[in-house]
Amino acid sequence: MIRENWGFDLWLPEPVSSYAGEIDWLMNLLHVVMVGIFVVWSIYFVYCLVAYRARDGQRGVYHQSGEKASFIPDGLILAFEMWLILAFGIPIWAAVKQGTPPPEDSLQVNLVAQQFAWNFQYPGPDGKFGRRDISLVSASNPIGLDDKDPDGKDDIVTINNLNVPVGKPTILNMTSKDVIHDFQVVNLRNKQDVVPGMHTRLWFTPEKTGKFEIGCAQLCGLGHTQMVGNVFVQTAEEFADWQKAQVAEKTGTADARDVAPTAEGRS
Amino acid sequence: MKDSHAHPGHGAGHDHGGPQSFWRKYVFSVDHKVIGIQYMITSFLFLLIGFGMISLMRYQLAWPSPPDDFDPEKLGMIRGTLAWLLGDRMEYGFMKPDFYNQLGAMHGTIMIFLGVVPLGVAAFGNFVVPLQIGAPDMAFPRLNMMSYWIYLVGGIVMLSSYFAPDGFPQSGWTSYAPLSVVAPPGQTIWCIAMIIIITSSLFGAINFIVTMLNMRCQGMSLGRMPVFCWAQLVTAVLLLVAFPVLEGGALLQLLDRVAGTSFYIPKDMMYGSTVFPAAGGGSPILWQHLFWFLAHPEVYVLLLPAMGVVSEIIATNTRKPLFGYKEIVGSMILIGVLSFVVWAHHMFLSGMRTSLANLFVTTTLTISVPSVAILTCLLLSLRGGAIRFNTPMLFALSFLPMFGIGGLTGLPLGFAPTDLHLHDTYYVIGHFHYVVAPGSLAALMGATYYWYPKMFGRRMNDTLGKIHFWMTIVPMNFIFFPMLFQGMHGMQRRLADPTLQWHNLPVQGWSVIMLFAVVTLAIGQIPFLFNFFWSLRNGEVVEENPWNSTTLEWACPSPPPHGNFLKEPVVFRGPYEYSVPGHKTDYLPQDEAA
Repeated sequence: MIRENWGFDLWLPEPVSSYAGEIDWLMNLLHVVMVGIFVVWSIYFVYCLVAYRARDGQRGVYHQSGEKASFIPDGLILAFEMWLILAFGIPIWAAVKQGTPPPEDSLQVNLVAQQFAWNFQYPGPDGKFGRRDISLVSASNPIGLDDKDPDGKDDIVTINNLNVPVGKPTILNMTSKDVIHDFQVVNLRNKQDVVPGMHTRLWFTPEKTGKFEIGCAQLCGLGHTQMVGNVFVQTAEEFADWQKAQVAEKTGTADARDVAPTAEGRS
Repeated sequence: MKDSHAHPGHGAGHDHGGPQSFWRKYVFSVDHKVIGIQYMITSFLFLLIGFGMISLMRYQLAWPSPPDDFDPEKLGMIRGTLAWLLGDRMEYGFMKPDFYNQLGAMHGTIMIFLGVVPLGVAAFGNFVVPLQIGAPDMAFPRLNMMSYWIYLVGGIVMLSSYFAPDGFPQSGWTSYAPLSVVAPPGQTIWCIAMIIIITSSLFGAINFIVTMLNMRCQGMSLGRMPVFCWAQLVTAVLLLVAFPVLEGGALLQLLDRVAGTSFYIPKDMMYGSTVFPAAGGGSPILWQHLFWFLAHPEVYVLLLPAMGVVSEIIATNTRKPLFGYKEIVGSMILIGVLSFVVWAHHMFLSGMRTSLANLFVTTTLTISVPSVAILTCLLLSLRGGAIRFNTPMLFALSFLPMFGIGGLTGLPLGFAPTDLHLHDTYYVIGHFHYVVAPGSLAALMGATYYWYPKMFGRRMNDTLGKIHFWMTIVPMNFIFFPMLFQGMHGMQRRLADPTLQWHNLPVQGWSVIMLFAVVTLAIGQIPFLFNFFWSLRNGEVVEENPWNSTTLEWACPSPPPHGNFLKEPVVFRGPYEYSVPGHKTDYLPQDEAA
């Protein structure tokens, strides 16, 4: 009945990003508290069901006590929640969603999502993105890259595959061509809606190499379930080699040593 | 049902003397009790339809795509039947993604707007509230009748979208733009049906508020009104204030779809390989704000009537006053107020300004406090009781831990850093189903067993009721708890075939367990349906007050005649005077003279 590679996993997948550790710690803390509250509450609940079941001739208790004490759990929970927000919620959210690392230290990649693919645009060795124009969009040019723009000559466009170097921030500048999508990589513990007519951003610093799946986390039509990709986190050398190979393929130069060697590019 | 003349405040505008025709009495009736029962039967039908849809979807999710050794010539019995019945929507018995999305959108829409809300608010609210406040009917009986028929028309229009080209709406019950604007024609019908359904709700909300404020009988101050009525009052205010926003938003979506406007369409949007023909300049996020401004209070509309029911059933079956009446009512009002300032916790990752998240996290975590308060009071209501474990009480009791799980799982979702991982995953689905299914819906099943004797003059069979109870609550836990694991692992929502994404494989096994639980749950509803109809003729006959309860709905015949009370009740005390020291019985009804 069950296929071989299907599982019954219970918890988080492998953490890969620099902020995953903090988020996982919070997730676990929250759940320990939630389970603790539920267990204690349930024990009292079951106790009441047994101790106070109806017995012949016995009535209920009319006068109640402890009205003020009943506010204690409410107060404790409110205090715990406010502590969580002030100590962790605001700082972590600010760091992940607003604290984008400086662009000079990061790999910048543009993402143009569409029904049903992820189009990534790298600036190439010159570090500059070529202009995009919606009127140039076609099947062979999904992001509408303007080939008359000199900055775009060395841009690398990949579909569904995002190669990034390990240990360095990657900043995704994202928009959608059509409907709302959501770029999700579970191992990063982050996701972000990709909205047409807007630019949203997601940054991450992967801390280990490997292949991690990109999924779409906002219903985007019939192909939503098939809209997948992969993030390939590579060592600096692997990434540099990959980038050279991509540029060589694009510009048609057999010898990629003519092209500027740094993967980061100059700003 | 006898007509009665001996009561003041009798609603104007309907016949007194003379027998009524079948149509006037049972079909186009202005009597709140008939209308309540009409709503009840209709909403149960919609719930069954919604359940059928999700059952098909769960079958698809258990084995979403053919194995390597699949032979299309040799379909098994189930797949073969499905392929035959549903044609190319389920080719070889595997569901096509567009049909999956259609069933998904319809399941959500039907269960919420045509199922649980009409059951909790319009069915039980209509039947019970006038009785509990000692009124002969609702303030506006004809408006009441109109609400029901508009709801029925809205539901039929919604289902008729099946016949649109490309079928049912398929953009989720949330209908996010621009997907919903570019979607096939079924979505236009969704917009129209929602406008109709919302109109029905708004009429109902007005009726409830006016009735509770103006038609309470002598001695029934607001402070003596049962918790169920307070829950319905807060719910009606939520509906009245929040629904118009979605009605407006749906109208704007309709205009974008058929009139070429661009409320939700940004500039230079593509549609396939061409530019979408609209001026642009609109905002997709606007739809989300308008939608969630309603849809968040809507979840409290789903919840509060159920909390009200649970309060009534617990008071009656513990034979002691409810703990913290004022705290419960105050918390319900606070939930109502706060529910208007939490909506954007559905939008943390939408692209809205990220600093807004902090505001909404704070309000969202704050709203958990009154919910905890109500749950604490209901728990403490058990202390010192003499608990009777009949079928309605079993459902009411199970509501407490089930809502507990649902509410607790809301915390990592409302808290933005953890929502970064959990947004749009199965964790969300597990969370809200816990609150709505073993939470609200189970409470409403309890309400059915509880108020059936008043509606029909007979009890439902308690043994069948207990079988129904266990075969409902246990399977529900095996369906929704594994969703928390799947979501924690990162499995996204609304995937017709999750196995196409390798990161979902480690949690796919749970979907098979869930399917078996769904089948058990389906079988478990058979005793309920049988019991409901069988007891109409064969249930034990009851008098006015079979549960020995104190509230006013038990101070009139079962079923009550037109006009309800033989003479207007006078209330002397609060609603939960049980086990009063020195009184000869363990209950002291509200209207009993001292």
